[in-house]
Amino acid sequence: MSTRSLWRWPRPSQTDEAELLARAARAQGTSLFAMARRRIWRDIPARIALLGLSVLALLALLAPLLPLASPISLDLARGASAPVAPWSADWRGLWNEQYTGEHWQYGRVDQALHELRIELFGKRQLAPLLGTDSKGRDLLARTVFGSRTSLSAALLAALTSLLIGVGWGAVAGFVGGRLDNLMMRFVDLLYSLPFVFLVIFLVTIVAEYRSELEAGLGLDRESVFFIVLGCFYWLTMARIVRAQVLSLRTREFVTAARSLGASDTRILLTHIVPNTLPVVLVYLCLTVPSVMLFEAFLSFLGLGVEPPRVSWGLLAAEGAEALTPLSLDVWLILVPSLCIALTLLAMNVIGDSIRDALDPRMVNKE
Amino acid sequence: MKRFLLRRLLWFFLTLLAVITVAFALMRGVRGGPFDGERPLPPAIEKNLRARYHLDWPLWKQYLQYTGPLNLDEHGPQWLGGDGTRPLGGVLTGDLGPSFRYRDFSVNDILAQSLPISMQLGALALCLALLIGVPAGIASALARGGGFDALLRVSTSLGIAVPGFVLGSVLLYLFSLRHPLLPVAGYGTWRHWVLPTLALAAPFAAYAARLTRAGVLETIALDHVRTARAKGLPESLVIRRHVLRGALLPLLAWLGPAAAGILTGSLVIERIFAIPGTGTHFVNSALNRDYTLAMGVTIVYTTLVYAFNLLVDLASAAIDPRIRLEESA
Repeated sequence: MSTRSLWRWPRPSQTDEAELLARAARAQGTSLFAMARRRIWRDIPARIALLGLSVLALLALLAPLLPLASPISLDLARGASAPVAPWSADWRGLWNEQYTGEHWQYGRVDQALHELRIELFGKRQLAPLLGTDSKGRDLLARTVFGSRTSLSAALLAALTSLLIGVGWGAVAGFVGGRLDNLMMRFVDLLYSLPFVFLVIFLVTIVAEYRSELEAGLGLDRESVFFIVLGCFYWLTMARIVRAQVLSLRTREFVTAARSLGASDTRILLTHIVPNTLPVVLVYLCLTVPSVMLFEAFLSFLGLGVEPPRVSWGLLAAEGAEALTPLSLDVWLILVPSLCIALTLLAMNVIGDSIRDALDPRMVNKE
Repeated sequence: MKRFLLRRLLWFFLTLLAVITVAFALMRGVRGGPFDGERPLPPAIEKNLRARYHLDWPLWKQYLQYTGPLNLDEHGPQWLGGDGTRPLGGVLTGDLGPSFRYRDFSVNDILAQSLPISMQLGALALCLALLIGVPAGIASALARGGGFDALLRVSTSLGIAVPGFVLGSVLLYLFSLRHPLLPVAGYGTWRHWVLPTLALAAPFAAYAARLTRAGVLETIALDHVRTARAKGLPESLVIRRHVLRGALLPLLAWLGPAAAGILTGSLVIERIFAIPGTGTHFVNSALNRDYTLAMGVTIVYTTLVYAFNLLVDLASAAIDPRIRLEESA
């Protein structure tokens, strides 16, 4: 800095002022989120995981559009066949014209995608690159369609747990006193239950009411099932949010809002809950994989998703059943298992990365 | 101490009562009965069955019969009109009622047969998880940033991310089908226990290793450890006497949830390896709508988990003088 500018500092001229303003406009806000985003992006494993998950989500979303075989059409004559080995693949044989177009009841969007697929590819489809199961169903198609169920299960259940957990925790923390005590005792009570057994119990019972639920709420059985799952995953979320709210509600900005005459609801919704979001986000990233695992677990036991729908857990269960001393069709279990394991790994990596990135103790430790 | 135990017991009973009530209400509210099969039963038989399981009673009476402690049927106490041969009954006296599906067995019979098997599997797995996890965690914390540490980080991530049924099936494939070293399924000899125990223990070993590593790293930076080192104690003694005690506390607190998790995990492992434990029965009961059995297992497991948590709390208080029971109750 020259002496001239130093001298002129107290009274900047027009041009200097414009330049300062421009610089201010260019300056990046170093909010916690922006910093966290940069730090996550610098974390190579997290970046790989994020890209991988995005690809997976895209595949799942567009599954009916892709030139895959039908996930449910049987080919009993063919039976189980091994995956196509890349070194022996006859690359021209990877397409065939045998698409049957069988599928379960699609929603409107999926139906449109499927019609577009027929428009684009006709009867052409990818040959069973990952092999077929004992009934001749294409494992690649089943895996891709299974990812839809598994991912939507995770998202729906996580969302449910988010709504209940944040609501419960925020109210308990904000109101405080006896209500807080009562609400958190309830959480403690649920915590001490081996809740998997209760979920299984509940899921079997809810399954009895599925036709009413479908007619009354317009939810299919899978959605109901995932929402029930979510109803059991909010406990930790409630505790975390409550702790956060307890520390937030005595802060100056809350007092300021109150002195301006804001109502309790308004303070809670516009001032406190948004401030709990970073913590909630971190925990959500750790909830999603555990819900996914749980869905796979239930489907594996035969208590979750029902055929003809597929999910990764169901595929893994079918694969495990295919392992007998007589037939070693090991790819049937390896493919869905690898999908589950890799997805969970990716989500855990991202969750850990976000937690590290948002951890205020890490702020100055680049 | 006494107050703490009493309060815990009270909470336990409240929890149990809540579970029973909710489950009971849902169970009886369900339209499909336990006797619905492929073919409808003849009305006379169905009537008899319903009478046998007291399904023809009003709901409040069924509920009281289920929870106990008084037996309300014809063998109940004399002042209620029974003949007095079996005055007590219901969950509160430890009687979980008859199974709806296994007609000749009570839930207690089934649990008496299957629970020891599941308990053995769970105990073996928990011990194995600690035996692998704790030393691995300590070693990786002491060699922080080294090759072993990195290896452990990767393997624990995998151990947590790979679901139990996948690991179980892969182990089964490798060691029983591909290379027939160990039996495929069933139970009996020690060779039957190897694979299920490994498959069940793996995720918990991974978690224990992580917790131990974090605990050691946190404790090793504390002042009292620096003092111990400054006194000139040999490093091994510092670790054993001053670091481990503090470092293993989070691990101890985790044992409660871990025990619950192992019970859950054994649902899958028992199914893969065809072990006739409680988990297998529970899954079957959920599939068969054998509500009394499902509820019985839930109640027993709730009790187990509660008892285990209580033990863990007592042990933590015994080890760490900073923890006071009255506050944690």
